[in-house]
Amino acid sequence: MPAVFRFALNDLPPEAESLRAEVREFLRKEFSGAAPVKRAKSWGGFDREFSRRVGARGWIGMTWPKTYGGHERSFLERYVVMEEMLAAGAPVSAHWVADRQSGPLLLRFGTEAQRQKILPSIVRGELAFAIGMSEPDSGSDLASIRTRATKTDGGYLVNGTKVWTSNAHLSDYAISLFRTQVVPDKKHEGLTQFLVDLRNTTGITIRPIIDLAGKHHFNEVNFTDAFVPDEARVGNEGDGWKQVTTELGFERSGPERYLSSIALIREVVREVSAHPDDRGTESIGRMVASLATLRQMSTSVAGMLQAGETVNLEAAAVKDVGTTFEQSIPELAHALLDLEPTLTSGSDLQQVLGYITQTAPSFSLRGGTREILRGIIARGLGLR
Amino acid sequence: MDPATVTKDLRSLLSDTVTRLFTDLATKELIEAAEKGTWPDKLWRALEEGGLGPLTLAPVRRAERLSLTDRGGGVTVDGRVTRVPWGRDAGHVVTVGDLDGRPTVALIARGAATIEEDRNLALEPRDTLIFREARAVAAAPADVAADAIRRLGAMARAAQMAGALESCLVQSVRYATERKQFGRPIGSFQAIQQNLAVLAGHVAAAGIAAESAFRAAERGDARFEIAVAKVRVGEAAGVGAGIAHQTHGAIGFTYEHSLHFATRRLWSWRAEFGSESAWARELGHAVAARGADALWSDLTAR
Repeated sequence: MPAVFRFALNDLPPEAESLRAEVREFLRKEFSGAAPVKRAKSWGGFDREFSRRVGARGWIGMTWPKTYGGHERSFLERYVVMEEMLAAGAPVSAHWVADRQSGPLLLRFGTEAQRQKILPSIVRGELAFAIGMSEPDSGSDLASIRTRATKTDGGYLVNGTKVWTSNAHLSDYAISLFRTQVVPDKKHEGLTQFLVDLRNTTGITIRPIIDLAGKHHFNEVNFTDAFVPDEARVGNEGDGWKQVTTELGFERSGPERYLSSIALIREVVREVSAHPDDRGTESIGRMVASLATLRQMSTSVAGMLQAGETVNLEAAAVKDVGTTFEQSIPELAHALLDLEPTLTSGSDLQQVLGYITQTAPSFSLRGGTREILRGIIARGLGLR
Repeated sequence: MDPATVTKDLRSLLSDTVTRLFTDLATKELIEAAEKGTWPDKLWRALEEGGLGPLTLAPVRRAERLSLTDRGGGVTVDGRVTRVPWGRDAGHVVTVGDLDGRPTVALIARGAATIEEDRNLALEPRDTLIFREARAVAAAPADVAADAIRRLGAMARAAQMAGALESCLVQSVRYATERKQFGRPIGSFQAIQQNLAVLAGHVAAAGIAAESAFRAAERGDARFEIAVAKVRVGEAAGVGAGIAHQTHGAIGFTYEHSLHFATRRLWSWRAEFGSESAWARELGHAVAARGADALWSDLTAR
């Protein structure tokens, strides 16, 4: 068996470290005094004004070419901005999806016109994106999607339903995966992605799906003879599957895959610090050991991405180990402390615990379930 | 040549030598003979030719110390240290003690000790050495921490465990590919695949945690990274050995199969030079002392 993973230690370059100080100062001014429970929401938070200010600092589309408004900085500098934003609990979701996924997709596979029209606005923090992949009958088995885009004059007529579409009700565009052709017994073929204008397309209905905590992030997006013009097609017909798998590689290795519980980690450390007994210190010691190791794994992948290497397998490993860690934190807090998780009453720690406890199940679902990721790793091991 | 280049060259030379020696000479037969008490003379002679003499470290246990006394013309050593790796076979013992309030490194001939033999689960010698006014071969004050032996030992064990875990993964994947049940390789079943993916994740985490400790030690103070490595690799050892055995079924539980050479070492090594819980408490105390708001900045500064 060949070596399965290549996790080489990576040092962040000096320019990334000086950037870190700038980002910290910016975040300190933005959020000094923000309640820990607000910070816990981080990439659940959607704040267009904040995203514009981040764009004005040059921290969106950092690695993209200047032609499209980008800043031509390194992937590692972008990494530092991301991890600082997440560690501080900044509400990044109004620019985050576009910066991480949709922008890079258009840069790689989009038409010149799409790039010129869309990318500069993303960079300024003015365009929010949603992702239209899952459907009622297609979750982990993404290639089984049925929403049809049927060729018509000057474009396509779309019919079908997408679900779990985060922030569709707040976003400007949704990169959506449709079936343009039915190829018998070849479900990965005939899939095509489109840049769907959520605000100016007739035939689209967006309905909320309320999560278990009573919050509205998800949506069901219904397409009924919705007309999507040819210019909105990303790449060629049938290229959708290849594009989607590339995108998920970007999505899986970032600091967001192990930092979702950082606000709770911080509050647990605060609690233990007040009375550092053996049991408490052992618990936070184990927690920090995992956190530090995951950060090494994640920065290692960032280094490989910077070097232009393929990281699908390593990214899957970071996400699997990372989400398992994130989910262990509320469990650890419960085992260690005699505290009830709360909604709005009680201490900061109780409220953060309440928020993370109810969010944690999603950590190993979003962006590819734990089982799918482990399947990818098993394939890398040569077992499939 | 600058010192960094020398170190780098030396390291790659050492690494090549060690890899060659262990691949060529540390056969299953040799390991089995060693477990029955036969000193692997040929391997050690080869190692010594490569410049690595049989040298051991003490103390292993946190509560134990060897005391040093300056007797004018020389330093003498007193005390009882347990679980000393290969104590009976080593030529010399290295310790760090306190002499006039300064950390002092002392080298003592093993022959100066009374020895009570014992072994760990992997049947590696772990002996008790008792020194009574034993004269040190050499002793000198050094710029090292009082617990330097325990730290270096923990760092070495973390790296060894990361390697043993890799061996568990390689053996498990090979076995899952070869062993057939219900008419197909067991590795084609999702239950096995998912378990081995978990093992692979632990192998990856253990490898980078151990490597990170060595990198930090090369750069200076590695206290944080060594604690992180001993905790994280130790946790990986527990889970990893379990999955490897589960995958192998009954055959992996036999002495005939080679899996236990890795797993018995993991079970012993995770407890040597401080267990996960001991290192986690130490790490946790340091984190608590710095406070919650320093956690992220401290972490990113490493």
